[in-house]
Amino acid sequence: MTNDVVIQTVDLKKNFGTLEVLKGISLTITKQEVVCIIGPSGSGKSTFLRCLNLLEKPTSGSVIIEGTDITSKHCDIDLVRTNMGMVFQNFNLFPHMSVLDNITLAPIKVKGVTKTEAEDIAINLLGKVGLKEKAKSYPGELSGGQKQRVAIARALAMQPKLMLFDEPTSALDPEMIGEVLDVMKSLAYEGMTMIVVSHEMGFAKEVSDRVLFMDEGLVLEDDTPNNVFNNPQNPRTKSFLSKVL
Amino acid sequence: MGIYNWLVYVWGKMPILLEGALLTVQLTAIAVGFGFIIGIFAGMGRISKNRLIKSISVIYIDFIRGTPLLVQILIVYMGLPQIIGRPIPAMVAAIVSLSINSGAYVAEIVRSGIQSIDKGQTEAARSLGMTHSQTMIHIILPQAVRRIIPPLGNEFIAMLKDSSLVSVIALEELMRKAQLIYTRDYRPFDILIAASIIYLIMTLSISKLVRFSERRLRTSDK
Ligand SMILES: Nc1ncnc2c1ncn2[C@@H]1O[C@H](COP(=O)(O)OP(=O)(O)OP(=O)(O)O)[C@@H](O)[C@H]1O
Ligand SMILES: [Mg+2]
Repeated sequence: MTNDVVIQTVDLKKNFGTLEVLKGISLTITKQEVVCIIGPSGSGKSTFLRCLNLLEKPTSGSVIIEGTDITSKHCDIDLVRTNMGMVFQNFNLFPHMSVLDNITLAPIKVKGVTKTEAEDIAINLLGKVGLKEKAKSYPGELSGGQKQRVAIARALAMQPKLMLFDEPTSALDPEMIGEVLDVMKSLAYEGMTMIVVSHEMGFAKEVSDRVLFMDEGLVLEDDTPNNVFNNPQNPRTKSFLSKVL
Repeated sequence: MGIYNWLVYVWGKMPILLEGALLTVQLTAIAVGFGFIIGIFAGMGRISKNRLIKSISVIYIDFIRGTPLLVQILIVYMGLPQIIGRPIPAMVAAIVSLSINSGAYVAEIVRSGIQSIDKGQTEAARSLGMTHSQTMIHIILPQAVRRIIPPLGNEFIAMLKDSSLVSVIALEELMRKAQLIYTRDYRPFDILIAASIIYLIMTLSISKLVRFSERRLRTSDK
């Protein structure tokens, strides 16, 4: 299975000034894996995710995608990013563009796809996330759950090999969480490789192949959801789970 | 009697004053137009990661905003000819100095407009593989421009008033026209009040326009 590695980090470290946020994270994620990252606030989950597509520049260590170290100076990071979709807690839709334009912009400008082709892809994806009728709407006219589904469609339009989710449901009203998780579930069942930072333990249990528990910049637990939730090895995992479950 | 007398006098001078006012508006529009182009680059340069570009922008902005416009006008009109060895027409000197001046103020408007856009917008665009300039062109600037329009209107008003300073290089805009009239007629109070009223009408109309566009933009943002 070694040639099915999608992304690998080696002793990844990140400091903000004197604050050590990531203290050396090494892990390998293979094709079609769904990995959930849980952990207390401030443990470095977002920072880790953002280091994977270089929204944050790692202080040391490397991120290897298909044999290429993307932290090396010679790497074209814009090209690498086209292979990784990212979904943010605050959606970050482009408010001055229609839903359709939000989704087609990057395929057209970055990949050079024709407008008609990009729109076909977009309509198709909107159908998948259940928002076909919203193509002409503007982000300001959508609910939180709808915005996040558009954001997922926008990321998918680049046909990424890997999707990164940073607390995709944390900014949503409770009644809208389900619709976003459903989209993510179907994505997982279609075989998308996903790394999901989430406080949705139900989702982690049901959908993920692996659960990582992070605390103070380290991965303290890396196992199947069953093992992590029912038989955690680290005392800090136990105390965290007792608080959130 | 006084008012009637004033009205009759000013009415007679109105064609000359309005001719000057037209030039004032033209100068202002050209200066703010060029200033906008200069300001976009200088404003982006001001927050550039490139040290050289940033330093040049900072020096330009600080120098212009930290020195009197009158001095700048005279540097271009009187100073530059000494260096290049030939005179510069007053019109060219006026447009150049006002544009450069406006550019520095617009730069600060552009900078704060760009910085007011949420960082998440840049992150979303970059995470889709867009380059820095694609992100600027398609995501940041279109949103920043909406926020820039009201302060840009204020800059237009400020420039309209400040353009009266080019009267010192004998360019016959509204202020200079007024001076020419009162040095001949010895009725400076009458003519300066008339000129003030024309300035006031121009600035009030522009601020009305700005407020109107502000309201339009606010509703279209929803
Ligand atoms: N740009 C930054 N500059 C300085 N410190 C930062 C920056 N980004 C994050 N940090 C700090 O790094 C630490 C880890 O932050 P991070 O956002 O990765 O945590 P997290 O696990 O995602 O937390 P949460 O669950 O609250 O989202 C925090 O102490 C945070 O204050
Ligand atoms: Mg976070």
